[in-house]
Amino acid sequence: MAQAIALQPTGQYDDALFSVRRLLPVPAIIFMAIVTQVPLIVTLGYSLERWNLLRPARRKYLGLDNYPDVLSDPDFFTIIANTLIITISVVAVTLVLGTLLALLLNRDFPGKGLVRTMLITPFLIMPTVSAVLWKNVLFNPAFGLLAALAAMLGLPRPDMLQDFPMFSVVVVIVWQWTPFMMLILLAGLQSLAQDQIEACQIDGGGPLVLFRYIVLPHLQRYIELAVLMEILFILSVFGVIFVLTSGGPGIQTTNLSYGIYQEAFQRWDIGEASAMGVFAIILANIVVLVFVRVLRRGQAEGVAV
Amino acid sequence: MKRQPWVNTSLTALTYIVAFAMFFPILWMIITSFKTEAAAFAFPPQIIFEPTLDNWRIALFDSNFLEHLINTLIITLASTLVAFGFGIPAAYALAYYQTKRSDLTLMWLISTRMLPPVGVIVPLFIIFRDLGLRDTHTGMIIIYAAMNLPLVVWMMRSFFLDVPYEILEACRIDGTTLLQEFRLIVIPLALPGLFATGLLCLIFAWNEFFFAFNLTVTKAAPVSVYISSFKTAEGLFWAKMSAGATASVLPVVIAGWIAQRQLVQGLTMGAVK
Repeated sequence: MAQAIALQPTGQYDDALFSVRRLLPVPAIIFMAIVTQVPLIVTLGYSLERWNLLRPARRKYLGLDNYPDVLSDPDFFTIIANTLIITISVVAVTLVLGTLLALLLNRDFPGKGLVRTMLITPFLIMPTVSAVLWKNVLFNPAFGLLAALAAMLGLPRPDMLQDFPMFSVVVVIVWQWTPFMMLILLAGLQSLAQDQIEACQIDGGGPLVLFRYIVLPHLQRYIELAVLMEILFILSVFGVIFVLTSGGPGIQTTNLSYGIYQEAFQRWDIGEASAMGVFAIILANIVVLVFVRVLRRGQAEGVAV
Repeated sequence: MKRQPWVNTSLTALTYIVAFAMFFPILWMIITSFKTEAAAFAFPPQIIFEPTLDNWRIALFDSNFLEHLINTLIITLASTLVAFGFGIPAAYALAYYQTKRSDLTLMWLISTRMLPPVGVIVPLFIIFRDLGLRDTHTGMIIIYAAMNLPLVVWMMRSFFLDVPYEILEACRIDGTTLLQEFRLIVIPLALPGLFATGLLCLIFAWNEFFFAFNLTVTKAAPVSVYISSFKTAEGLFWAKMSAGATASVLPVVIAGWIAQRQLVQGLTMGAVK
């Protein structure tokens, strides 16, 4: 930061040149404004209309009427609840698993590189492939590996996606996102100064004391960052749900992304889908506001960037 | 940390077991891709079998896989180039020519990456339909470029800040032009960062599904959309499905393995180094 400020014009450089260079971000800003902000405003506009693509002739300005319609639909609350259940349970489980794995990997042992490589692979695989893989090869009630395992133990073969749809969706997303949490927390652990650890041990601190009073406070910023990033991504999960359950059975695993997709591209109700989209934006914005604050604080403390 | 040796050994054993368990579904997918269709859904699952390459041949060459793979390649590479074209000059200026608005620009850019895709998909669908961008490479390139641009700006800015500014100052006093400064000094010094950023853009664009699924039909549909059509396979083409799935994730998995450290940086927008 300090370096950059030192480059402010001091009269020594050509001021005209300096201002040309300051304009360099403008194309990027214009591009991003057109591609991201224009659709955002249009979403707000559509949310005020009655507009079904199957009956385009009946398109009409409604004012805010779509919003009470969305809010009075009991399905909408199920959808919001599903979104929160998926997000919160995935984040909680990946946080615990990710921390444990990061601690396990933050040691010296033979084959460490290979182990880390194996562990991050689920995160690199495209969500549709993971979902197709789990749905067919693992969860299939007739031929899947879980069914085989159950049969071996003399248990009835489970139909995971039918009987435990939410659990199955969460399992697959947890599988994908645990490596993410692990990677960031591992980076955090590796930046912990060794002398702090030794000082704690010399004072007679056991592993639990060490974790609680040295490791955890140090990890706090990394945890905040990883949790917030993950929340934003998981709130918008789509591919896994589309492939695994199509939001079902019924709407048991329909989250906001999937619900809006159905409203817009199966029922073709542009107005209501847009109103639901506005709720999705509000939800994400709450998280983003917290996120920006955490990032800013990081910059101020000089911990990050 | 001084521990009893047996504690260390058992922790290591535990690590191996967990890593194997996490990797197992992928391993099984790879194994299944070398089975015959009959062996693929034999019950109980077979561990010992006669390997065959037939599924790979059929999955890659007797299907539409290659067309979709080419779509993915075109869209990912072109969108990364566009994101670089817009993003690098912006990152450069935000690193070295700060104004009062720089911080705000940076925060605004990062916030666009965090918009939920469902919040913009409906207008994008309509706009794309009206402009004839639906199911075209151009349309997808625009979307993915916008998706990756904040990442490019954030990561490249943090790499540019690592370039010793005395060099730039010296350049400027010598009167080099902007292009020379860029070509001769900044880009060569930030090259590792450029490579890492590009790799991440490729990974994100390659794996994206939501926009691709809603904005393409067949002509421009990438591999992620093609693979999702196996969601109702029901044990019929497991071996071919596994071969296709393995082939479609291979480039990105290898890229990710190579760029593990950069992956962390990119995922946190450079906030963790």
